[in-house]
Amino acid sequence: MWLWFHKLSSPPYAYRTAGNLRPWFFWPAIIMMAVAAYGGLVLAPPDYQQKDAFRILYVHVPSASLSLMVYVAMAVAAAVGLIWRIKLAHAVAAACAPVGAWFTVLTLATGSIYGRPMWGTWWEWDPRLTSELILLFLYLGYMALRASFDDTQRADRASAILAVVGVVNVPIVKYSVVWWNSLHQGPSISKLSAPSIDSSMLWPLLLMMLGFVLYFAAVLCDRIRSEILKRERNASWLSETLVGS
Amino acid sequence: MSAPGLLALTKLVVARDLRLAVRHWDQVAQPLIFFLIVTTLFPLAISPALDDLRKIAPGIVWVAAMLASLLALDSLFRPDVEDGTMEQWTLSGQPLSVMLFAKTMTHWLLSGLPLVIISPVVGTALGLPSSVWAVLALSLALGTGSLSLLGAVGAALTVAVRRGSVLLALLVLPLEMPVLIFGARAVDLAMQGESVLGPLNLLAAMLLLFASLGPIAMAAAMRISVEG
Repeated sequence: MWLWFHKLSSPPYAYRTAGNLRPWFFWPAIIMMAVAAYGGLVLAPPDYQQKDAFRILYVHVPSASLSLMVYVAMAVAAAVGLIWRIKLAHAVAAACAPVGAWFTVLTLATGSIYGRPMWGTWWEWDPRLTSELILLFLYLGYMALRASFDDTQRADRASAILAVVGVVNVPIVKYSVVWWNSLHQGPSISKLSAPSIDSSMLWPLLLMMLGFVLYFAAVLCDRIRSEILKRERNASWLSETLVGS
Repeated sequence: MSAPGLLALTKLVVARDLRLAVRHWDQVAQPLIFFLIVTTLFPLAISPALDDLRKIAPGIVWVAAMLASLLALDSLFRPDVEDGTMEQWTLSGQPLSVMLFAKTMTHWLLSGLPLVIISPVVGTALGLPSSVWAVLALSLALGTGSLSLLGAVGAALTVAVRRGSVLLALLVLPLEMPVLIFGARAVDLAMQGESVLGPLNLLAAMLLLFASLGPIAMAAAMRISVEG
């Protein structure tokens, strides 16, 4: 049962597998995102209160959930690398970080664009916005720590510890920010929660989320391959693979 | 020679660090002076009127305490790593997590506790009524412990990095934000005459969590830093 796991942790096998899997993630992701974009931007009716402005949620919500998911994936990969000393797991964690950081930036940017017409302000110290911003700082810290080591193995293990510490801290940050805001007498109407969402608006959202997940998987495959190329640049299998093909 | 027990080990580490601190008294005083200077900046930048300052005083004291604790962290492990003491510790066969925990606690005695003691003075200068002194000191006592423990993990991670102090701030400050939130909130509630049990309990809970998990992360990080 563990055989595939061990096989996958060998760089040549992982390099090939990631390359083979990539199109299976990439093209469905593109198709799903295109269909969902059509469904969300054209087919779904405008919101009775927010008019067309709500449509940015088709980018905002999937990137928000991805920004957290990627962080957890990164921490799990880092923990696997730390516990079983699998180098490839560290490569996966390293590949996750910039993608997750960009999803976080995208979330903040789309939230800000949505906030301008809806709340009349670019930025609101809302618990969700604030915790998303802190998440971005965590990503940046992780990447900064990784970049500050010359030795890849030390960078891997040090940043893995940070990722694990961070993932323990993420719920604390999240709830502290929520309580902080509720203590400060936040706005009485919760700004982001819709009472319920009509199915004509919902299915594009779910499809878009799935598309984002697959897109992340495709990008991750690419990034893992380039991480492997970087790490194994002196390995003989690599020159054989590259020259042979 | 028999190996010392955990308690004896802790005592040895604490006694050594205290002795070192007494002999370099100026280094211990620096974060404290920094704390005082930062709190002086706010009246200069915002307004000298105590009524204005009173509203933001809890935040000022807490942010200044956080920065002072961050400044003190750089000297927590660096001298010992540079002169090879830490390497001997990792090889000593004694639990590294216990030793680092003892070291962090001593560090708190030297950098956190002075802030706690001086906080009523700073608070008064910023217009805080004497009724909140106790809460201010208590919130700082609980909170700076968490700051020291979280900071020690970051310090252990970055101790081998050249010019690691900016990086340390990048890593540690986002993780410390919950402590800031509840610490400043407790003082704020005390000023409004409301119950402060909620934030103080949460501060204590965080202190316990970081005290139990922090040393493990510190030891793992320190091994990576020393190995290279």
